[in-house]
Amino acid sequence: MKPRMSVKICGVSFKNPVIAASGTFGFGREYAEYVDLNMLGGIAVKGLTLLPRKGNPPPRIAETSSGILNSVGLQNPGVDYFIEHELPKLLKYDTRIIVNINGNTIDEYCRIAEKLRDVPIHFLELNISCPNVKQGGVAFGTHPDVVYDITRSVKAHAKQPVLVKLTPNVTDIKEIAIAAEKAGGDGISLINTVLGMAIDAKKRRPVLANIVGGLSGPAIKPIALRMVWEVAQVVSIPIIGMGGITTGEDVVEFLLAGATAVGVGTANLISPTACIDIVNQLEEYMVQNGIEDVNELIGGLEIKSFC
Amino acid sequence: MIAPHMYKMAFLSKGIALNANPGQFVHIKVPGDNSLLLRRPISIHDVHPQTGMVEIVYQVVGKGTRILSGMNAGQFIDVLGPLGNGFTISREIKSALVVGGGCGIAPLKLLMRRLKDMGVVVKALLGFRSREAVYGLEEFEMLSDRVLVTTDDGSLGRRGLVTQVLGEELQQLPDMMFACGPTPMLRIVQQLAREYSVPCQMSLEERMGCGIGGCLVCSCAVRTPDGGFEYKRVCKDGPVFWSQEVMLDEAPNER
Ligand SMILES: Cc1cc2nc3c(=O)[nH]c(=O)nc-3n(C[C@H](O)[C@H](O)[C@H](O)COP(=O)(O)OP(=O)(O)OC[C@H]3O[C@@H](n4cnc5c(N)ncnc54)[C@H](O)[C@@H]3O)c2cc1C
Ligand SMILES: Cc1cc2nc3c(=O)[nH]c(=O)nc-3n(C[C@H](O)[C@H](O)[C@H](O)COP(=O)(O)O)c2cc1C
Ligand code: FES
Repeated sequence: MKPRMSVKICGVSFKNPVIAASGTFGFGREYAEYVDLNMLGGIAVKGLTLLPRKGNPPPRIAETSSGILNSVGLQNPGVDYFIEHELPKLLKYDTRIIVNINGNTIDEYCRIAEKLRDVPIHFLELNISCPNVKQGGVAFGTHPDVVYDITRSVKAHAKQPVLVKLTPNVTDIKEIAIAAEKAGGDGISLINTVLGMAIDAKKRRPVLANIVGGLSGPAIKPIALRMVWEVAQVVSIPIIGMGGITTGEDVVEFLLAGATAVGVGTANLISPTACIDIVNQLEEYMVQNGIEDVNELIGGLEIKSFC
Repeated sequence: MIAPHMYKMAFLSKGIALNANPGQFVHIKVPGDNSLLLRRPISIHDVHPQTGMVEIVYQVVGKGTRILSGMNAGQFIDVLGPLGNGFTISREIKSALVVGGGCGIAPLKLLMRRLKDMGVVVKALLGFRSREAVYGLEEFEMLSDRVLVTTDDGSLGRRGLVTQVLGEELQQLPDMMFACGPTPMLRIVQQLAREYSVPCQMSLEERMGCGIGGCLVCSCAVRTPDGGFEYKRVCKDGPVFWSQEVMLDEAPNER
């Protein structure tokens, strides 16, 4: 018998728990040549800002052991362009659409949420790793009070459920997640990239033009798993877990740690069919292990004493 | 190995061999080492549609290319392609000047073959480091009407850089110039193309992720009609750009 793969987040059902992570899957269109987008649980589109953004100068990517560093700098055509030109193409597919939104001020986030009110998308994903201009460029996502404020404000303007996407570059991820839940956040995605740096020893120069960048890929998976597990202990809203997922078994690990669904990012850069391959591997794992419903895995981590 | 640190590899892929345009590239997964996540972009050197054979020529510069150079005949390789736009070859072109330096010479073979097939008069200017670095000269000669070789040390052909003889060669204006090579070379080609008003297509290199236009890490700055610039994707909008639109100088700093 075919195992049941569908999961529900805030009442919205996903065919399977695999979602293409923001920034690694364009607006879907680029990948449609290689995979049937209808097979995906969901697509989180490239991070959008109120106005178009050029992004950072190149080089924007560096390879590190089992990871990559990127400093794209949120290059995007702006929310209006997205609504008019990209979304109609995406709506042809039967998958859930998550719109990743970004701003320099809380007001900018709210205005984007406002513009998306009457647009047929399923979720807003609040990327709070962005530098907060009013607070000297410190990321919104690093202070529980700011996380509370931004989530609450956006909730007041948004029509769709709001996922708060957490940055791992904090001392205590639990207090941030709690602030997001208290403010009315409908779900949590984590983790975004881990701040890092690469240096070319021969040239004595940083590899990235931006000097620092965000680390992603298998190198960050243990950090992501730990954070998903920690957050799952303290909030009751659903979690979309991500960070270094490249196989079906990785998905199982995130679900066991407490995630309801997962995001696949860097793996899309390695293979355009990564998301679908991962869905198939997950299904295979379930068949082999006699799991009839993927929901059985969620939060199923068994912790017993080792002595 | 076809020259010091330079390797030629052939693999079978009917799809790539049948569909490749000159200037397009393949995106290769480095086998055997899972810690090297990213694919390596390498230009298509030549294709043989009947057999499905695809050839690449690459220089060993780091871990990935070193592993590739150690592969044995018969091994499988994970290749995505053909990717990118490739050179535009229109019917109006009757004469072409092809300029290549170092690694940038690799994609020019298929280009010269296609130009030749279309009856275009092809002149090639190829710059190598030294006599030892020279490869495939007979083939390049067969595929063009004239090949001019330069070496940095003068051990074969003219001494110096291709760009030093480019000015002379432009006394006879071609309909189109095609260039691929290191950025300093492209900068001079760009300047001369402007001076002599010759349309010129150049192939660029940038570090890549997905290779199919989805991740926006492979950007290069391109001039916009309003006097500003925008970042385009080398993997999808390129790697070939019109020389007058590319900004090869220090990347602009405005976000
Ligand atoms: C469109 C295109 C076509 C190319 N065609 C050829 C070719 O035909 N022959 C050839 O010898 N080389 C070519 N290159 C350059 C080639 O991609 C790099 O030399 C190669 O990726 C180096 O890999 P490495 O692991 O050996 O080096 P490392 O330095 O260990 O690589 C580390 C990372 O940086 C990237 N990188 C390093 N140098 C370059 C570069 N110059 N361009 C892009 N990415 C780089 C690698 O892909 C890898 O992700 C091309 C590049 C592009 C963008
Ligand atoms: C090239 C690239 C671009 C990204 N862009 C965004 C973005 O626009 N918004 C966002 O919230 N996260 C962005 N991310 C982070 C990913 O969505 C994801 O959270 C992170 O990469 C961890 O997952 P992974 O290890 O599977 O890649 C980006 C990541 C990469 C590699
Ligand atoms: S490499 Fe991903 S967009 Fe060019």
